[in-house]
Amino acid sequence: MAAITTTPGHHEEVDPNVSYLKSSKGLMSWLVTLDHKRIGVMYLISVSVAFALGGIFALLVRLELFTHGRTIMDADTYNRMFSLHGVVMVFLFIIPSIPAAMGNIILPIQLGAKDVAFPRLNLLSLYVYIFGACFGVYSMINGGVDTGWTFYTPYSSSDPAHGGVGSPSAVLPMTLAAFIMGFSSILTGVNFIATIHKMRAPGMSWRRITLFTWSLYATSIIQILATPVLAITLLLLTMERFLGLGIFDPRLGGDPVLFQHFFWFYSHPAVYIMIVPAMGVVSELISTFARREVVGYMAIAMSSLGLALLGFLVWGHHLFVAGMSEYATMVFSALTFLVAIPSGVKVFNWVATLYKGSISLQSPMLWALSFLFLFTIGGLTGLFLGMLAVDVHLHDTYFVVAHFHYVMVGGTVMGFVGGLHYWWPKFTGKLYDESWARVGWFFVFIGFNVTFLAQFVLGSRGMPRRYYDYLPQFEQLHQVSTIGSWILGVGFTILGIMFIRSLLGGKPSPRNPWGSAALEWMTPTPPPLYNFLPGKEPVLTRGQYDYHLATDDELYDGYDDPMFPGRDQEPRNKAKAAEGKAH
Amino acid sequence: MSTTMATELFFAPPAPPPPPPASWQLPPAMSDTAPPVDGVYNFIFWFSVVFTVVITVLMLYFVVKYKRKPGVRPEPTGHFNRLEIFWTVTPSIFIGVLFHVGYSSYIKNATAAEGATEIRVRAKKWSWEFEYPSGDRVPSELVLEQGRAYKMILSSDDVLHSFFIPEFRLKRDAVPGQYSFIQFTPTVTGPAQVFCAEFCGTSHSGMLASVKVVTPAEYKEFEKTLGKCVGTPEECTPTKYGETLFVKNACATCHGTGGNGMLGGSKSPGPKLAGIYNTMQPMATGPEVKADENYIRESILRPNAKIVAGYTTVQMPAFVMKDDQLDAVIAYLKTLK
Repeated sequence: MAAITTTPGHHEEVDPNVSYLKSSKGLMSWLVTLDHKRIGVMYLISVSVAFALGGIFALLVRLELFTHGRTIMDADTYNRMFSLHGVVMVFLFIIPSIPAAMGNIILPIQLGAKDVAFPRLNLLSLYVYIFGACFGVYSMINGGVDTGWTFYTPYSSSDPAHGGVGSPSAVLPMTLAAFIMGFSSILTGVNFIATIHKMRAPGMSWRRITLFTWSLYATSIIQILATPVLAITLLLLTMERFLGLGIFDPRLGGDPVLFQHFFWFYSHPAVYIMIVPAMGVVSELISTFARREVVGYMAIAMSSLGLALLGFLVWGHHLFVAGMSEYATMVFSALTFLVAIPSGVKVFNWVATLYKGSISLQSPMLWALSFLFLFTIGGLTGLFLGMLAVDVHLHDTYFVVAHFHYVMVGGTVMGFVGGLHYWWPKFTGKLYDESWARVGWFFVFIGFNVTFLAQFVLGSRGMPRRYYDYLPQFEQLHQVSTIGSWILGVGFTILGIMFIRSLLGGKPSPRNPWGSAALEWMTPTPPPLYNFLPGKEPVLTRGQYDYHLATDDELYDGYDDPMFPGRDQEPRNKAKAAEGKAH
Repeated sequence: MSTTMATELFFAPPAPPPPPPASWQLPPAMSDTAPPVDGVYNFIFWFSVVFTVVITVLMLYFVVKYKRKPGVRPEPTGHFNRLEIFWTVTPSIFIGVLFHVGYSSYIKNATAAEGATEIRVRAKKWSWEFEYPSGDRVPSELVLEQGRAYKMILSSDDVLHSFFIPEFRLKRDAVPGQYSFIQFTPTVTGPAQVFCAEFCGTSHSGMLASVKVVTPAEYKEFEKTLGKCVGTPEECTPTKYGETLFVKNACATCHGTGGNGMLGGSKSPGPKLAGIYNTMQPMATGPEVKADENYIRESILRPNAKIVAGYTTVQMPAFVMKDDQLDAVIAYLKTLK
């Protein structure tokens, strides 16, 4: 084991030989747990609830836009709906989704560690997140916010109750919610960096940590460096709204564009907090289901760090029409294009990995391939927006909405849901129904494209975003988009039901249901309390993607036909019997 | 050009037929700034299509060709340094080209022509007001002369707004406390649309204005009508003229249609106006005030002077009008029941 050892503070008897789900019992054993896996599961439940809530807001927004004029709600309600959709999806779902939920569970196991470096800090980060979420819920109960998730000043900071011209909605508790949740994000980042540096198992060189770990490493750097800027910005906004301190409101001597610089100095890097972990998940999925190491391991690892660095240099591209000098726009446009290089390198390497692989199209792989296709579109439409001349036309239209949904949903959510399928047996010890998983995937994939392809065209034709009502000429495409959102909603509902059914009555999973060579599948499924059985702590003798060095026992645990894992999920003894017949 | 033509121009415009869309994706191109943007757009569009197709086809081909087969083992991954360098350097060249193309068109569009006509654009929640060089202020409708170079000077009375004309492919934020500029020369006659593209509150989506690009001859006629009521005598009775001004100044976005105090089925942001004339109105502070002509006039010119009960602050911007326009609006408000 690594030099640091932690002793989780369990007060009752725990058995390190049984699964972490059964090692101790009772509600309190969860609420005060220091086990990274249980904390991760609680995060997973929280972000799933947030995703469902944000999804309902999205469906209501789309429903309102089904016809021009009033459909189901008035303008103020609509403005709150789209703002809450954004706030909930960004701050409560997508930022913590992959790092805090999946990273928490998988990262230490992939490092061969028994926990994260600071288990108490890890638990604190969960409760800080929940404390922040409470402020968000308080704001929603008090009518929510209508500022958009971007809180642009002076609309957000100028309180009509004090003679201002801005939003009358519950802005203060919502900015406080985002402010508080930022600390949770920072704590997770600190914890991961310390864990990756100090907790690696013997033989786990930097060349052998997984690409998922590399992506979380890059993400953690951004979380630590960027989030404090958001905290300061939101604090200034709060002081201006609450105390009348003149920072952003020109009436008080402030500069409204300054807010946008501050805000995007966090929020553009935050885009990479959202997408880079998903890229890490996709690297894992493609490697496992093509059964070979991802081509260009170091290129992919370094491109994650490259994205983290470049992410800090491009915030100005959100302000091309907001009042920057032509020279500043030139610099930001050039820097923005540089982001395309590491993104492109990743896509090329992933596709190259498929070449001469042994590809299985099980449900997690469907999500990974969807990611490749949708992220390519998301990335390329980003080039439209990086090109200054075109951005002036497309800025703040539905084109932008479609573009970032292709990156955030087509990218991050595909990675999140793919990872959820892939690691579901590891988390729960249960298998899910593969047929329903495919049906759910199909609905989501089709629904997503119908919803957002229509929005690209709407945007190019000049439909501005955040519009409660629109000109009749846009109605047809809005209807296509709304119908797409229903298909999307059906898809996610199917997946939700499928996972709940698996939880209630799913077949037990074998140790390594996908035949992966990565470390988390070498330990029992679900893992024991300290991730590895006592006396069986890992010492790495091969890389985690070295399929040609992995033994059949490591890879083909629990299947009839070693080359068709997942087809027949019968226990291993039957596989042994079949082996004689095959050869 | 007869006066009746000009009349129609202002109130019931002859509606020069809208030019055809530039493509199935882009609206009509109606100014000198539009074709360069369209060129760049189409270039990057086809670049992206080719790229997406190549990636997707390769991906699907590999998935089919290297589908898992019994007994067939995957080839272990080697090192491909040359390949890595190739697909790092090639995109770098591409993006260099893309940046150059995007920037050069942008900078051309950002430069004002010599002697451009200046029009002041004031954005306020939730309407646009255009001030012509003559000093006349016209809400919600912008008439431009084909072939004349314009420079728009934008400002905002309250929060951020963004002046967006898709047909000109131009957009610029109107920021309170500073001026911003856009410049263009309309090249094609026809109707175009002003949108507000930066979220600004309740009626953000109602913050529209229409643009009409007309021939130089038609523009001369239009200039004569600036600041006056133009139309048939019936259309220019004070009440009718007042109603037109009420609509064009977008009073309804805050006070409801006909000042009925309703918006989208619920209470509008501004107080009800119908039926208040000559009644006693309770104030937020101080004694009741009679809603007579002077009260209405003051409330239009200085909305903050007297605040009606139920409102702590006034969101309404001041509306600068000529006397006959004020008279007309007051006459119209008197008729509302």
